[in-house]
Amino acid sequence: MAELTQFFNRQRWQRAATLMMLALLLVLPQWLLHVDFADALFGIGAGWQWLGKNFMPNQAALGDLGEILHQLGRTIVIAVAATSIAGVVALLLALAGAKTTSRLPLVQMGVRLFASCMRNIPFVAWALVLLFSFKQNDFTGFLALFLMTIGYLTRAFVETLEEVPRGVIEALEVTGARYWQIIGQGVLPAVSAPLMSWLLYMIENNIRDATLVGMLTGTGIGFIFDLYFKSFRYPSAGLVVLAIIAVTIAIELTSTKLRQVLAQ
Amino acid sequence: MIETDISSQRRAPHPPAAPHAIANPARKTTRILLASLALITLYALATIAPDNVDLGVAGKSFLHNLDLMFLHPHLGQDTLAQLVDALARSIALALLTTLIGAVIAFGLALFTARNLAPAPLATAMRSLMALIRAIPTILWVLVYATVIGLGTEAAVVGLSFHSVAYLVKAFAESFEAVPQEKLDALRVSGARFGLVIRHALWPSVRPSLLSWTFIRFEINFTNAVAVGAAAGTGGIGYYLFMSSAFYFDFQEVGLIVYLVLAFAILLEMIAVALRKHLAKMV
Repeated sequence: MAELTQFFNRQRWQRAATLMMLALLLVLPQWLLHVDFADALFGIGAGWQWLGKNFMPNQAALGDLGEILHQLGRTIVIAVAATSIAGVVALLLALAGAKTTSRLPLVQMGVRLFASCMRNIPFVAWALVLLFSFKQNDFTGFLALFLMTIGYLTRAFVETLEEVPRGVIEALEVTGARYWQIIGQGVLPAVSAPLMSWLLYMIENNIRDATLVGMLTGTGIGFIFDLYFKSFRYPSAGLVVLAIIAVTIAIELTSTKLRQVLAQ
Repeated sequence: MIETDISSQRRAPHPPAAPHAIANPARKTTRILLASLALITLYALATIAPDNVDLGVAGKSFLHNLDLMFLHPHLGQDTLAQLVDALARSIALALLTTLIGAVIAFGLALFTARNLAPAPLATAMRSLMALIRAIPTILWVLVYATVIGLGTEAAVVGLSFHSVAYLVKAFAESFEAVPQEKLDALRVSGARFGLVIRHALWPSVRPSLLSWTFIRFEINFTNAVAVGAAAGTGGIGYYLFMSSAFYFDFQEVGLIVYLVLAFAILLEMIAVALRKHLAKMV
């Protein structure tokens, strides 16, 4: 009985502590930011109303459809290319960095550190520094997406490669297979499905992020949205949003479907 | 050295053909996918070269700026106190929007999970969330900045919006992973909806909700920085934007990047510890 009381007492304490912590996590930011929640709440409804009223594509906006579709197509192509090339580089890095495929602890650590830094450098910094040197063109967007993808994919690939059972590698090692034979015949076939899945996920993500990257680097669909939005051509901006929604949902569905097939 | 020699001697003169892959849809899909990705990439590379920029010169200038950023970071226009304060604001923004998002998403996910809500409602919620998720965060922030004025409120609403849509999907999937027997055991004993949630659902999903919320916090931190730069809503992102696009002070950009990196790596360490803790909880 005493034990039970103790158990419930401890549970009560834990619950109180969790609630306190949650409250603190809410109060601290509010103390820094002074968010006017009434204003924010009012804004939610007003925002939708404003969208419905101003962003409805009209006849004039349809004239921009050609340009919008062109930019959207370029954005997709560039996002795919940047992710694919980042995938190849990340795979090489991951082979050097995964415990299963690399025997050099120092290189393993180096790859991890590199991936972690690349993942966490804000892509705003990449985009703006690239913009300064490469100016406003598709290549800048490509480089920005490439640099922000490398870290994520390297980390994901390292984790995937480390899930390859030692047995697969040892079995090939005892046959006298050389390093690249082991990788090509044993390791890669074992992980090709999860690797592809990661690649698809990153492509999907990068197409989503391309809007923001485009706004910062002045390329693709993000640039054209920014242009319409800032020159108050809201119906055209609305059309851009509709196009982005259609593409994002289509890509999400395709990628989910493909990943299901790959997982079989 | 010796090993390779032996193995090359041992190899049969006519290596046996590799066994035919069993007709496998996954393998076929992988090949088709790889081929299409390679084609698109080649097309992109062929058409991407800018005609108004000398890539050699641009590359050199980029490397020079990287050198300034990463090897010679310094304070420029702003004081360290200003930058740390801005970083704290960005973190606060991420924290606030994640918590708001998580609480609202929990409520909405109850109507989105197929094992809790009637099918038509679940489908409708799912589609609505997919729609909101498809609109980039920055668009929400820009729209709200126009409607309620540029400021923290716009960023809070915009980021929370996307967080809710993201977390509803993640939470609903966690709810659906709860074994039906667990829910039914309480239902047949006559427990009402609230009791089923409290005593069957909540204990089973707590670890996964926590880890999803943390993942979203990391995303929201990145977004808070980006939104500050692209929509001018303040925080460290705004300083990042001003120092690189306005003052062209890449040394300060470097310092800001290091500040953000330090926090992000701290987050990553917390994530690892959290994951260990959660693994023990289950």
